[in-house]
Amino acid sequence: MQNLKLRKLKITINGKKYQGSPGKTILEVCQENDIFIPTLCYHPDLEVKANCRVCVVEVKGRNKLCTACSTEIEDGMEVLTDSEKVEKVRKINLELIFAAHVEKCPTCVRDGECLLQDLMRAYEEKGIYKVRSNRFEDRKKTWPNFQFGPSIFFDSSKCIDCGNCVEVCDKVQKIKFLEVEGKGYRTRILPSSSKMRECIYCGQCAVHCPVGAIQEQSSIDDVKRAILDRKKIVIAQIAPSIRVSIGEDFGMSYGKVVTEKVYAALRMLGFDKVFDVNLGADFTTVVEAEELAERLQKGKDLPMLTSCCPAWVRYLEFYFPWYISHLTTARSPHIHLGGVIKTYYAEKEKIDPENLVVISIMPCTAKKFEICREELKVNNMQVVDYVLTNREFASMLRERKIDLKKVKGEKADNPLGVYSGAGAIYGASGGVMESALRTVYEKITRKTLLRLDFKNVRGVKGIKEATVKIGKKALKVAVANGIKNAKEILDRLHKDPKLYDYIEVMACPGGCIGGGGQPIPVTKEIRKKRAQALYTIDSRLKVRKAHENPIVKKVFKEFLDRNKKLAHEILHTTYQRAEKQKDYTSYL
Amino acid sequence: MDILKKLEKEKLTGRGGADFPTHLKWKIVNKAKDKDKYVICNVSEGEPDVEKDRFVLENYQKEMVSGIKIAIDFLEAKEGFIYLRNDYYSKFSLQLKYWISDYPIKLVREEAGYIGGEETALIEFLEGKRAEPRVRPPFPPTCGLFGKPTLINNAETFYCVDLINRGIFKHTRLYTINGDVENPGVYGLDEDVTVKDALKETKNLPKRKFFVQVGGGAAGEVLGKNQLNVKVCGSGAIIVYDARKTDIKSLLKKWIEFFMKESCGKCVPCREGIFRIYELLQKPNTDLKLISDIVYSLEQSSFCGLGRGCALSISSLFVNVLRKSKAGEVIL
Repeated sequence: MQNLKLRKLKITINGKKYQGSPGKTILEVCQENDIFIPTLCYHPDLEVKANCRVCVVEVKGRNKLCTACSTEIEDGMEVLTDSEKVEKVRKINLELIFAAHVEKCPTCVRDGECLLQDLMRAYEEKGIYKVRSNRFEDRKKTWPNFQFGPSIFFDSSKCIDCGNCVEVCDKVQKIKFLEVEGKGYRTRILPSSSKMRECIYCGQCAVHCPVGAIQEQSSIDDVKRAILDRKKIVIAQIAPSIRVSIGEDFGMSYGKVVTEKVYAALRMLGFDKVFDVNLGADFTTVVEAEELAERLQKGKDLPMLTSCCPAWVRYLEFYFPWYISHLTTARSPHIHLGGVIKTYYAEKEKIDPENLVVISIMPCTAKKFEICREELKVNNMQVVDYVLTNREFASMLRERKIDLKKVKGEKADNPLGVYSGAGAIYGASGGVMESALRTVYEKITRKTLLRLDFKNVRGVKGIKEATVKIGKKALKVAVANGIKNAKEILDRLHKDPKLYDYIEVMACPGGCIGGGGQPIPVTKEIRKKRAQALYTIDSRLKVRKAHENPIVKKVFKEFLDRNKKLAHEILHTTYQRAEKQKDYTSYL
Repeated sequence: MDILKKLEKEKLTGRGGADFPTHLKWKIVNKAKDKDKYVICNVSEGEPDVEKDRFVLENYQKEMVSGIKIAIDFLEAKEGFIYLRNDYYSKFSLQLKYWISDYPIKLVREEAGYIGGEETALIEFLEGKRAEPRVRPPFPPTCGLFGKPTLINNAETFYCVDLINRGIFKHTRLYTINGDVENPGVYGLDEDVTVKDALKETKNLPKRKFFVQVGGGAAGEVLGKNQLNVKVCGSGAIIVYDARKTDIKSLLKKWIEFFMKESCGKCVPCREGIFRIYELLQKPNTDLKLISDIVYSLEQSSFCGLGRGCALSISSLFVNVLRKSKAGEVIL
């Protein structure tokens, strides 16, 4: 058997000889060897659908063209990837796709990183046949827009019916909110009308859309307006996972850490102050660990569920509201820091908090929804005013012709830019759990934790379990990596309510590093590299426990401990059953 | 001699249109080790002007059901299905139930239209999903309904299985002859009969200028008057068109409207391409060059047989029937 697996198949591509393992497709072998084959509906996260028919290649001995994505290699196979026949068919298929996609490139957040646009340009330059984007009239001009909460915007006139969004919603996330209706050229992708189905705003559809038909609801204009407003002091705070992914959009390698470049670039865009949500994460850990210790002591509302992923919270509030009391009351990191900014920082700097505009740069589309939640207001103020996804941030940089690669790094502003390693790893699945364990261990045992790495909760596995010895107690924890695994864990809990003491859920595969607001493309390999980068940041920091973060200690001592009532408002929240949105049609 | 050997000896091929050797299909399903296996009889007959499966239901229902039972017994299948076109279901289901008696055979009413005749789309439909063809391989005999080995044969094939089992198979098949002919109908003729002989034997060979469409009234190949010495292929239908009476553009429109209605919408050439051909046909000066380009893509890169069928009828019409300009381009 082993030999069979190791055996390589010999194939010829464009006259050159290559080898590939059995079971590989033509496309995979070509990608391994840097042979370009255009694709649109292909995505390594998803099953091969072979819908778009632009990856067609010629295989000797077969009378029809084959799709490279779905055709496995055979020994002795001869493949042509750019014969005249191939180019002719690709050209017409691309033109047909283009006619189903109303181009709104100048205003599209995906302008410059759109698969279809890339292909069009590549073919305009070097294709044998010149591809004409206007050979047919756009057929979807009058097709409607949809809005899912304040998070997702679906412009169906740009949809090329590749089905990636439906596939990811159905099979990867198991939410089944997006559906295909009708057939033939009347095929449409629609939000489910079922009362039992609702969008959780995770944004995986947006990350897997090749053309930007589904994307985040943009806040770019609002942010620009705030920056231009002289009365306002505009503060940016960046999420843990931003620094390890945005480099990709500027030609840097996957997982490149560009923290200080991001700080500097934000100032170039006109932000007055730049803070770091890693610090917010340290606040979250401290609050959450304290609550966990308390619940363990009282034996109440266990297992405790993490709440920093707003898509997960919405999932629970809609699909499993009877578990709401299990969610930690701790707010999420950027809401924590936003609250601290609009109270502690404003007071310290003698600024009217009404003149502060806080903008979070997030890997997430659901965060756009989270900031609107009424119960998160402090002193009747929204603590975070706008959320920009990482893609929106990159698009603002591109628009201003700021090349992040060339930007010289700067430090974050004082004092809200200091963080521990525990905060840094929040962006990876298992990170929140690990941070909380580091703190809760010391809190309960009052001993110093020596081995800080909880490797059992790291990694790309769907469900990660561990038993952690804390004093006499064996704490049973679980991590759901991706929302479909949360369902599995809740099902297990239904059978055995005492199965776990503490559960972390991240709705997106890989956690925030694979979030719905992250740069495109995202694949399993890319997620691994981004996560690895976060753990590297952690391992190189001196302070690796949230409760040892000097700023956290300082803010508690100087401010929060003195204003108990306000502190509660800043640090804790409530939840309620979520309703299905009445109408998804957008009139924007 | 078991049924498999008999099928092999009689060289029975699938009557649904693909002419795949029946015994090979049976062999693969038989060899598969899964405990659960399924048998499906495909009576979706969605192709216009083809009526041979209806003919089977009207005249040889008992034999057809018996063929399915033979398959179930031989393969030790868990369950059988008869997938019936909507109107066939309404008309024949009661009788079919009588013949099925206590066998584990379910009748399924077709809702998926023409694409539901494509065997993997049919399987998707039976699984409760959207009727769209699957990526192949794997093929249904190894991985079909619910991922289990599945035998899918056409109604007429099962009818033939019964005949072969009883040793009375005469190597005939059913042909639907339709269109501008004097004696339309379904005929049992030699399985290797040529188009010309089929028309002759049934006294249907027109005297006037004509062309034919072989295999189906939408996806069939169009042949000129001098190309008739070929075996009747596909689902065994011959549609005759009076060359002077037939308006080519209307004929094209009729086909394309059919495909546009029936396309599942999965792949680009079929979903977008067929729609664009339809659009082009609405214009007074139809751009036949552009239609040819789209047809080429349909032929070369459609996901399933539906798009290729559409390409076959149009391209063969262009090549075999239409006049050409001096530059070699077809003219309507």
